[in-house]
Amino acid sequence: MTASSVPRPASPLAPATPDAAAADAVAAYARLSRRRLLVVAVLALLAAGAFVLDLASGPSGLTVADAVRTLLAPESVPRTTLVILRDLRLPQALMAVLVGASLALAGAEMQTVLNNPLASPLTLGTSSAAVFGAALAIVLGVGIPGVPQLWIIPANAFLFAFGSTVLIQTLSRLRGSGPETVVLFGIALFFTFNALVGLAQFVASEQALQQLVFWTLGSVGRASLEKDAILAVVLAAVLPFSFAAAWQMTALRLGLERAESFGVHVGRLRLAALVRISLLTGAAVAFVGVIGFIGLVAPHMARLLVGEDHRLFLPASALTGALILSLAAAASKLVVPGVVVPVGIVTALVGVPIFLALVLSGRGRA
Amino acid sequence: MSAAGLSIQRLSAGYGRRPVIGDLTLAPFAPGQLTALVGPNAAGKSTLLRALAGLIPARGRLTLDETDLMALPHPIRARLVGFMPQALPQGIALTVMETVIAALMAVPLAAPCSAAEARVRAAALLAQMGIAGLALTPIDRLSGGQRQLVSLAQALVREPRVLLLDEPTSALDLRHQAVVMDLLRGLAAEGRIIVVVLHDLALAARHADHVVVLDRGTLATQGAPAEAITAAMLAAVYGVAGRVETCARGTLQVMVDAPLR
Repeated sequence: MTASSVPRPASPLAPATPDAAAADAVAAYARLSRRRLLVVAVLALLAAGAFVLDLASGPSGLTVADAVRTLLAPESVPRTTLVILRDLRLPQALMAVLVGASLALAGAEMQTVLNNPLASPLTLGTSSAAVFGAALAIVLGVGIPGVPQLWIIPANAFLFAFGSTVLIQTLSRLRGSGPETVVLFGIALFFTFNALVGLAQFVASEQALQQLVFWTLGSVGRASLEKDAILAVVLAAVLPFSFAAAWQMTALRLGLERAESFGVHVGRLRLAALVRISLLTGAAVAFVGVIGFIGLVAPHMARLLVGEDHRLFLPASALTGALILSLAAAASKLVVPGVVVPVGIVTALVGVPIFLALVLSGRGRA
Repeated sequence: MSAAGLSIQRLSAGYGRRPVIGDLTLAPFAPGQLTALVGPNAAGKSTLLRALAGLIPARGRLTLDETDLMALPHPIRARLVGFMPQALPQGIALTVMETVIAALMAVPLAAPCSAAEARVRAAALLAQMGIAGLALTPIDRLSGGQRQLVSLAQALVREPRVLLLDEPTSALDLRHQAVVMDLLRGLAAEGRIIVVVLHDLALAARHADHVVVLDRGTLATQGAPAEAITAAMLAAVYGVAGRVETCARGTLQVMVDAPLR
């Protein structure tokens, strides 16, 4: 046998034919998708677990078992336990879940449509703007004409949240929307609104001041089932639109021009996303005040876990946000015995270690 | 003008108030033809591609087989005209396969196909391009050449009638340049209209049917490679002294000797 007649060995990695290679790719993609769906399911379970833990935490010496029994079979629980868990703690625990999910979803959408990993409702001033809107209502009684008294604060919070996102969008477009420009404008807004909130605090009456401080610290302490319902409605109204835009958002990650060439109206996509972000942030901030960190970090955690296919990335972000805020709410009742520390303070303290652990273990894996 | 193909008449385009292309009329790009768009830096090549793709505002007349492209809704136009930008952004947590599927799924009107169909089409294209093994690789971990192939796949998978490519070979080694140009020739042979911005005149001379030379936003010359790429054009448009010769095997060769003073 001469050397030239020896068949060239095929590369051990390459399948024999293009058809086989394509079939392999489809199968591998299906496996990856299933694995990521599983991750989302586990996140959902963890979030549910954190919710129960949050419900069980507090000064009354109740257990997780009590919390589960209250949720599943309320008639089997003693009257006092029922009152504590269902009437006192349930509204707050639900609020933590809803606010965590809302802020994280808003942050995830913001990072995509502004193409900036540092974008979040807090870092780009949206939360501060919402607080200023609330401050106008609390301190000066200024609101949108025609809005009922009960709704003035949330309506103001939403209006200012929306205004600030539109402002950032417009300014960064005027100046050529490099990612760093967006963040710079966001920082400018953050400081401006914080200064204005400071001014409002300075002129506020003692009672209004107390209410404002509650806002700026961030606390689920004033939650009620009615407020939970409102936030749940906002979240439920926003979610279908977020998911409907999931593929377009995934495409947008490949660059503005490329997404446009796929047929995406990037301008409309951004505007719709900003409306959703403002609704979520405005509603969340309206009821609990400023809770930072979650909107920034939950999307990053979700990205490390499931990548950026937005069909999975958006729900994973929302679930991660709910998980962190529930854990933080539980911790806020345990840090100082007998005292509930505002959850906004605890959030970062609980979230940062989880985040760092994920970043360090995910390095090089991307 | 009623010829089939992509017809460009009196086209002006630019960014904001800065016009880059003024009143450009070109011979129609025929189906089955691979057109190379060449010219020095800032000649308006990329701007022309973006205007053709409908990504920047433009004035003039732009028709594809009698259809007025400028009057079409954006998604419908995107279905007919595909575009491959120069760069794929960094820092994205998506796998190769996900990006190619996203190209199909982003806007149903612009690429009607089911999710299952999208998966199969994406995988088949990657296999055809010889990169099916990269399907689950995050795009941030690809080499420059692989990125360009994946970027090309995102445009190809949508199977547009007109395919506009902005320097698809700039980051590729010699073999992959030949692979990509062959692939584009094959697409042209299916009756598509392929327009490629190229910096490498030798590549244009070797692979294009038709060459359009732009200079400062206007047409310098157009025609078959041998007509458009000449020593006189090199001097007038690029400001270099060069030679254009046919080699023993009949291919056009472009040699640059020195910049002109």
